[in-house]
Parts: sequence; C-alpha cells; structure tokens
Amino acid sequence: MSNADVVLDLKGLLCPIPVVKVSQAIKSLPVGGVIEATATDPGVLADIPAWTRTTGHELISIERQEKLINFKVRKVK
Amino acid sequence: MLLETNKLSMVVFSGDMDKVMAAYIIATGAAAAGMEVTMFFTFWGLKAIQNGKTTGSSLFGKMLGVMNRGGIDRIGPSRLNMGGMGRWMFKKMMKAHNVSPLAELQQMAADLGVKMIACQMSMDVMEIPRETLIPAVADVAGVATFIEDAAQSKVTLFV
Repeated sequence: MSNADVVLDLKGLLCPIPVVKVSQAIKSLPVGGVIEATATDPGVLADIPAWTRTTGHELISIERQEKLINFKVRKVK
Repeated sequence: MLLETNKLSMVVFSGDMDKVMAAYIIATGAAAAGMEVTMFFTFWGLKAIQNGKTTGSSLFGKMLGVMNRGGIDRIGPSRLNMGGMGRWMFKKMMKAHNVSPLAELQQMAADLGVKMIACQMSMDVMEIPRETLIPAVADVAGVATFIEDAAQSKVTLFV
C-alpha cells in the first residue's frame, strides 16, 4: 500500500484517541520513520496538523476522501 | 526560581461526569503532545479518583459518603442528570458514538504518565481515606505542591 513503517486504522475513533494512538505509535519508530493512518473523525483534520506543530514531527500529507481522512506523519526527533 | 517547562497543571474541582471527561481529554491530549501533566483532584473532584468504597467516620461523614458516593462510573453530568437517568443516557450515547468510556480515558491517562494527585485537606474534611482512592493516584498533597507545579507550567487549568 505504501512505504509507511506503521499503518494505523483509526476509523470510528473520536477525540482524543486518534492523537493518543499516533503519539504512542511514533514512540516505537526510529527517527525518519513514517506512520500512515486512516481516520473518520473530521476533528482529525485540525488536530493532527496541530499535534505535529506541537511535537515537531513532520506532517507529510493529510487529505479527505469522502468519509475517510488519510494522513502521513514522519518522526523528526 | 524554577524554569517554565513543557508542563500542564490542572485542578479538577468538579466531580461532574462531563467536566471530568473534559479534564481527562485535555490531560491525555497534552500527554500525547509530549507534555508532562499533573492533575490535582480536590473537593468534588475526588469522586473521580475514588474506588467506589463507602467513606466517612463521623455521622455527617458517613451521610456524605452515601449521598456523594465516589467512583468514576458513578458520577453524573452537571446538567440533566435527573436522578441518574442522565448519566445512563449519556453513557448510551457515548457508546453509540464510539467515545471512550470515562474509566477507559482515566486508565489511558495513567498509562500515558499523567500524574494524579489528591488533595489532603479535602480528604480530611470529607473523611475520604487513602484506601478508597484508585491505585493510579500517585500522591496526596496540598496547595504548595500544586503551586510549585503550576509555577513551572506553560498551561494551567481549573475544571
């Protein structure tokens, strides 16, 4: 599907769980590692970019395709 | 003088389900963003960190223990509780919308390293012994402990 190191299924999960799951998953990755995730909560569109700005990780992409929101995050430090 | 660090300190004064839920959502979100989080539970807030055992040693204390029974699954919303019906309805609606139950959020907060502290003075006044608090409670302390923590925090909240 992609070159991600971890693929997370966050469908059906609401605030704060998507952000918590991403933050837990990124801990186990080496610097440069990529997480790819799919969510359904529209709040993720604002919250994942905000979380990357707070933590300093890189938001590679975030896009909405009808009901699904796909995003990729790279571990920076 | 201690330096400001990437910390969040919160007073949880309310023992209402909705407010405690907001408190735990903020706490877990902050912990997920890499912040060090401390929650100080005082007065009604103690209900959220009680294990559900009855409390009180004096007559008034025992009455309070019955009428104000603690436990995270027992607390009701600040509005429309209607003798427990509101709590039941909110739990159903939260489940229908796939929102984590409060007990799960609390466990998640503990797992993320959120430090939960209980207020000694409120425990004394309300006759709530340490054994009736959940194991996730790290410490029992007073206002000076909160101020020391808050003075180093970027974010302080009162819920």
